[in-house]
Amino acid sequence: MGTIIWYLIPALVMFCCGVYGFMTRRNMIAMLISLELMLNAVDINFVVFNRYLYPGQLDGMMFTLFAIAIAAAETALAIAIIINIYRSAKNIDVRDVTRMKF
Amino acid sequence: MESVGSIIMYWIIALSIVIFSVLTVTTRKILRAATYLLFTLFATAALYFKLDYEFLGAVQIAVYAGGIVVLFVFSILLTTHPGDNSEKLASRKRLLGFSAALVTLVVTGYALISRCANVFTRLPEMSTPDMSRIGEVLMGTGYGELLLPFEAISVLLLACIIGGVVVARKR
Repeated sequence: MGTIIWYLIPALVMFCCGVYGFMTRRNMIAMLISLELMLNAVDINFVVFNRYLYPGQLDGMMFTLFAIAIAAAETALAIAIIINIYRSAKNIDVRDVTRMKF
Repeated sequence: MESVGSIIMYWIIALSIVIFSVLTVTTRKILRAATYLLFTLFATAALYFKLDYEFLGAVQIAVYAGGIVVLFVFSILLTTHPGDNSEKLASRKRLLGFSAALVTLVVTGYALISRCANVFTRLPEMSTPDMSRIGEVLMGTGYGELLLPFEAISVLLLACIIGGVVVARKR
């Protein structure tokens, strides 16, 4: 149970769920949720490798900290764009967004 | 040798990560997807606590579970009717997504298990990094200290605030 692989496998499964969701979902917010899953899986990998390879140092943890901050900024901006699209197209299906400017 | 409680905690965390991630991408109600995402993020925070990064676990709960998921729920309620099911997928599309995910899983999983199964077989000893150390690394200017990225993140957040207001305002 202490081997590194036991921590990497759940992160891998989480990433693959994100890939599946990103390719099959049509709703933009659902695609964004899948994107968050993938980002989160990558964060877990940073932390686990930091913990096992360099237990005294904080580099991987800091990388995850900054990744969380950037994910928050990215989500806020993406949701602003989605709400703007909803205002002009009246739904948020990706197939309906074929023009950048209405 | 690890204690039994630690092993039980590991299995609870790992199983909830796997189950809730699968449910997040397979449920057809969008609000439920956001709720399952919340549980996945909580399980990730528990994993950080288990690996002794307590500050990181707290940040994960505060920023992800407290900020991002609330943002998701607000925007879902603004843009869709909460009771609606998403339409059924065309089987070709689902097959495409499923095979992409499966190929990723098999290739990466094979590489991981063949290379990493027998290395780093036990968790190295580490005390929880204390807050003064984290603060010094985050705000220091020496080698390996991260004041510049910290400032860059703050400018990025400012730009993000302005961009969000400009994009989402009423014309």
